[in-house]
Amino acid sequence: MSTGWNREEMAARAAQDIPDGSYVNLGIGIPELVAKFVPEGREFIYHTENGMLGMGPPPTEDEKDLDLMNAGKKYVTALPGAAYFHHADSFSMIRGGHIDVCVLGTMQVAANGDLANWSTGEPGAIPAVGGAMDLVQGVKHIYVITQHTTKTGEPKLVERCSYPLTGPGIVSRIYTDLAVVDVTPDGFRVVELAPGITFEEVENKTGTSILPQV
Amino acid sequence: MINKEYATAADAIADIPDGATVMIGGFGASGSPVELIHALIDQGAKNLTVINNNTGNGEVGLAALIGNNQVRKMICSFPRSSQSRVFPELYKAGKIELELVPQGTLAERIRAAGAGIPAFYTPTTVGTILAEGKETRQFDGRTFVMEPWLKADFALIKCESADRLGNLVYNKTARNFSPLMCMAATTTIVQTKNLVARGDIDPEHVITPGIFVNRIIEVSKPVHEDTLIAEGRSYP
Repeated sequence: MSTGWNREEMAARAAQDIPDGSYVNLGIGIPELVAKFVPEGREFIYHTENGMLGMGPPPTEDEKDLDLMNAGKKYVTALPGAAYFHHADSFSMIRGGHIDVCVLGTMQVAANGDLANWSTGEPGAIPAVGGAMDLVQGVKHIYVITQHTTKTGEPKLVERCSYPLTGPGIVSRIYTDLAVVDVTPDGFRVVELAPGITFEEVENKTGTSILPQV
Repeated sequence: MINKEYATAADAIADIPDGATVMIGGFGASGSPVELIHALIDQGAKNLTVINNNTGNGEVGLAALIGNNQVRKMICSFPRSSQSRVFPELYKAGKIELELVPQGTLAERIRAAGAGIPAFYTPTTVGTILAEGKETRQFDGRTFVMEPWLKADFALIKCESADRLGNLVYNKTARNFSPLMCMAATTTIVQTKNLVARGDIDPEHVITPGIFVNRIIEVSKPVHEDTLIAEGRSYP
């Protein structure tokens, strides 16, 4: 009995929607896994905010260069054809609309496409925004990969975000462990159900109304 | 004859006064000018405003500068990480100020200062609490937020190779904010792994032209923050 998609399957499903030749920025966490599932025959170029296009997989111990990191501050490699650049150029690529797809994790996403993924807004919490607000305003397509609910079962797909926004109305598609969901002018709509998952289950675990597959 | 070379890190940073605004290059450990930062700890300037993407890791480099109570305010995009403890503790105790700036806005504010542009409009933060109180304007029917330039008195920078004129080449993603900071500071102080002869850097390969650099020291075997942390080191 299947119980939806695991983390890798969610990432693999998202990778299927990224066109050949796309310039792609992957957020930290499940989004990073997308790079492992590039569909046969397609080539993606990965951008990292700290100044590289053509980012490759983690290095072997021999390949490791302490100056070569990704935005999550993990050691990475540079693929043949890679380019390095400074931060203003890097965010010109982002803000200037040159990056095709950004895949992000989230705390909440709303039916109007609002995204909240940088702060719980709790008093005493240390706010840390990084490049998230630049990415959501500049990248052509913002995809979100997230569990459908929090660890305590609270819906992450909601009518309106209660956490501070990263950006308003910028999410186009969401990949959860239960379904692929589009943000449409009419709100959330299921595009595809994970194996063994019913629309009723998705509906029950969504914090607002959601439309079935067309 | 132009010669921007200084003998030691201590000489190069000796005149940084209390209350100065100091940009420090690097993104996390990558590109962090650890020797210059440690010289600044030895020198002891206080009430500094420091601009960096992060707030340092462990108890070396930037984190050690903060831990030594020399920093009044941090301007950064991401003040915490898995190995940052010093800043979070001081921040929660109300002992250090934080100006949180989105990463791309931080880069562009620094670039704008170096380019002589006092402010610019960006879509970043529109519709969020970080845009509250800021001037906005419509262009082509879309709302943008005005952001001011960000200048500094000094910049501390690490590079791979430099000549005595101050032409710089960086290593891989250690470049990050450094070329921008070189432009935006009144006095830019660089530590280079290799001090090379004038003409040894192909003009086509110069990343920071020497006009943006004031002082250079050679640190031929720079320590790396990650290595120091892995060894359990702290500074001083």
